[in-house]
Amino acid sequence: MLRNAASQTSRLARGYASTATTTAREPSRFGGIYNVTLIPGDGVGRELTQSVKEVFESLNAPVQWSEYDVSGETNASEPQFLEAVESIKRNKVGLKGILYTPLEANAHNSWNVAMRQSLDIYASVVHCKSLPGFPTRHADVDFAIIRENTEGEYSGLEHQSYPGVVESLKVSTVAKAERIARFAFDFAIKNGRKRVTAVHKANIMKLGDGLFLNTCRRVAKEYEGSGVTFNDMIVDNTAMQLVAKPQQFDVMVMPNLYGNIVSNIGAALVGGPGIVPGVNIGADYALFEPGCRHVGMDIMNTNKANPAAMLFSAAMMLRHLGVSNHADKIAGSVYQVVRDGKVRTADMGGNSNTTDFTHAVIKNL
Amino acid sequence: MFRNYISKNIQRPVKFARAYASAPTSVYQGNKDANGNYTVTLIPGDGIGNEISDAVKKIYEAAKVPIKWEEVDVTPSLVNGKSTIPQYSIDSIKANTIALKGPLATPVGKGHVSLNLTLRRTFNLFANVRPCLSIPGYKTPYDDVDTVLIRENTEGEYSGIEHEVVDGVVQSIKLITFEASERVARYAFHHASTQNRKRVTAVHKANIMRLSDGMFLQACRQVAKEYPDVKYDEDLLDRACLAITTDPSPFSDRVMVMPNLYGDILSDMCAGLIGGLGLTPSGNIGKDASIFEAVHGSAPDIAGKGLANPTALLLSSIMMLRHMNLFEHADKIERAALTTIREGKTITRDLGGSSSTNEYADAIIKKL
Repeated sequence: MLRNAASQTSRLARGYASTATTTAREPSRFGGIYNVTLIPGDGVGRELTQSVKEVFESLNAPVQWSEYDVSGETNASEPQFLEAVESIKRNKVGLKGILYTPLEANAHNSWNVAMRQSLDIYASVVHCKSLPGFPTRHADVDFAIIRENTEGEYSGLEHQSYPGVVESLKVSTVAKAERIARFAFDFAIKNGRKRVTAVHKANIMKLGDGLFLNTCRRVAKEYEGSGVTFNDMIVDNTAMQLVAKPQQFDVMVMPNLYGNIVSNIGAALVGGPGIVPGVNIGADYALFEPGCRHVGMDIMNTNKANPAAMLFSAAMMLRHLGVSNHADKIAGSVYQVVRDGKVRTADMGGNSNTTDFTHAVIKNL
Repeated sequence: MFRNYISKNIQRPVKFARAYASAPTSVYQGNKDANGNYTVTLIPGDGIGNEISDAVKKIYEAAKVPIKWEEVDVTPSLVNGKSTIPQYSIDSIKANTIALKGPLATPVGKGHVSLNLTLRRTFNLFANVRPCLSIPGYKTPYDDVDTVLIRENTEGEYSGIEHEVVDGVVQSIKLITFEASERVARYAFHHASTQNRKRVTAVHKANIMRLSDGMFLQACRQVAKEYPDVKYDEDLLDRACLAITTDPSPFSDRVMVMPNLYGDILSDMCAGLIGGLGLTPSGNIGKDASIFEAVHGSAPDIAGKGLANPTALLLSSIMMLRHMNLFEHADKIERAALTTIREGKTITRDLGGSSSTNEYADAIIKKL
C-alpha cells in the first residue's frame, strides 16, 4: 500500500513539471454567460456577496450565479455543502464567503479546509497592497503570499496516544512542495515580480520544513535564468520583518500554517480583512474568497462590513474568466471610492455602511 | 461513534492537575546571604556579552541592588562525543536557581546541540516570557505597544519528532500534553496576578487542530477556575496576528499564553513592533531554575569596541528583579533607562545616538 502511494507521489511530482499553474479546464459558459458558484458563507458573507451581486447586476457582468446557502454553524447543511462542491466541479469557478468552523471537539471539521482539499485548489494567493488614499502605519506595501493549501498542519490527523498526550501530524510532501514552489515562480514571472522568498522553520523542523525549503531551492535553480531571484527566511524573523520593514517582500511562498499567520499580518499592514482579496487555485478549479478568511461573526447582520475585499476578489475572478474590462471597472471604482475618502466603512475609520459603499462603487463604475 | 470516543477521552486528563499546588513550582525561593545579598549566576556570553554584562553590573552596583554576581562560563566542550557545558556552571545555576545570561554563539560543528536547548533541558525551562514595551523616544510605526507573551517551551511543534514515512513524505509530530499545557497555563495566571495584568488570553488554532490545541485550551480553562480574579478568554491565532498588527494597544491589559510555535512567531512579531531584538527582554522560567537573557545575537563585528547596546540585557535583568520580588529596584532602574533613551542625548549607535556602552550606562546611573 505504502509503496503504491509513494510511486504515485513521484508520478505526481513529475506530472506537475510543466503545467503547474494553468487552469486546464475551461469554465462552463453558455451563450456568453459564465456559470459561477456562489457560497455566501457565514458571518458577514451574505452582506458582502450581496454587494458583489448588486455591482455585477448594475454592470451587467456576464455571470450567472448558482447560489448555495451553506452554513458551518451546525452539521445540518452538510448536504448543501456537498452540492456546492459538486457545483464548483461543474462550473470550475466559484466565489465564496467564509464558513464558520465550530470549536467543539465533536463538531465537523472545517469545511473551508475540506473544500480546498477535495477540489485540490492547492495554492492560496493573497495580495497585500497599500491602497492609494488610505494611509496606514506602513506605506508602499506590495507583496503576494503564496500558501500551500492542502497539507501541512491542516492534515487533520490527530490522536490521543495516552490520556493527556495528543499527537498532531504535520505532513510535508515533495510533490506538494514542488508544485507550490513552481506556482510561486510562475506567478512571479507572470506578474513581473523580482523575488520569491520561501518562509520556513527548517532550523527546528529539519525534515518537514527542510523538505519544503530544499524543494524550493531545487525549483529555484530551474528558474535561474528567468530574472526571478530566490531567498529564504525563518518564519519568526519573517513576522518581525513584516511589521518593521514590509517593503522588502515581493512574492512569499510557504507551508499552510505560516500562510495563515503571514496573511493576517499582511492584511493588517494595509488595512485589514475588509480590504485584502484572495483566491484558491488548482489545476482544475479556482475559488475566490477574501484573502484573510475572517468569518466576521461579531459584526454580522449589522451592515458594517467592508465589501472591498470581496469586490476585489470578484474582480480577480472576472479577470480569471477573461472579462478584464468588467474586472478593471469594478477594481477601478473601488480604488476611486477609497481614494475619494468620502464613503468609508467603520474598519477604515468612516461612518458609512456596507450598502453606502456598494452604492458609491456602483455610482463610480 | 469515533467522535464521541474522542470527546469523552479528552475530558479525562483532569487527574494530572492534582500533583500541582496552586502556586507554580517555578516561584523564586532564594535566600539572602550573610551580607543581605541574593546570589545570582551571571553568564556574560560571547561577542559583546562581556561589555553589556559589565554595563549591567555597574548600574546594579550604583542602584545598590542586593545581588551578588557569580560569574560562570558555559563554553561547551565535547565529552564522549556529546556537547556539554562545564559542571560548575550547572551547579551554580542549580544552587542559585536564577541566572542572567548574555548572547551565546553556538559553535558550528558536529555534535554541538544549541546551547539554549542544552540549558532548557538541563533546567526544565518550560515557559518563555517575552514582554514588549514601546521605548519612548525610539520611533517605530507603533508607539503604544505593551504586550506580554508566554510561550510553552518544551513540546508542541518543536518536539523534534519527525520521520520520512516513504520517499518524499515527511511527518512532523506536534506533541501536546496536558501536563505541559497546565504547567505553562499556571505560570501565565501566576504572572498575570502578580504583575497586575488581570487577564489571560489563550491563543490557539483549535478550529483546525481540535485535539492538540483543544487540550491546550482545556488546560488553560481548568487553571482559570483557580484564579477568579484573573479574567480568561481565548482568541484564534489568525485573529490575534491581525489584531496586534493593526493596533497593539488593547493588549496592554493582559498576558497571552500559547503553544511553542505560535509563541515563537508572535513574540518576534511583537519585538518587531518596538524596533527589534535589541530592545526586547526575555525570561525562561523553569522548575529547577529561571534564566533571564538577551535574545539578540552576539554581534562579533562590534565586539570589544565599546559600542554595544546593553538595553536588552538590562531589561531582562529588570524582569529578573521582578521575578525575585525586588520590585522597587526594578522600577527605579527601568525608569532611569527609559528616561535616558527618551531624552536621546546619550544613546548608543543602533538607537541613533553616538555614545559608547559606558557613556550610556553612566547616563542611566546619573538618573537612578
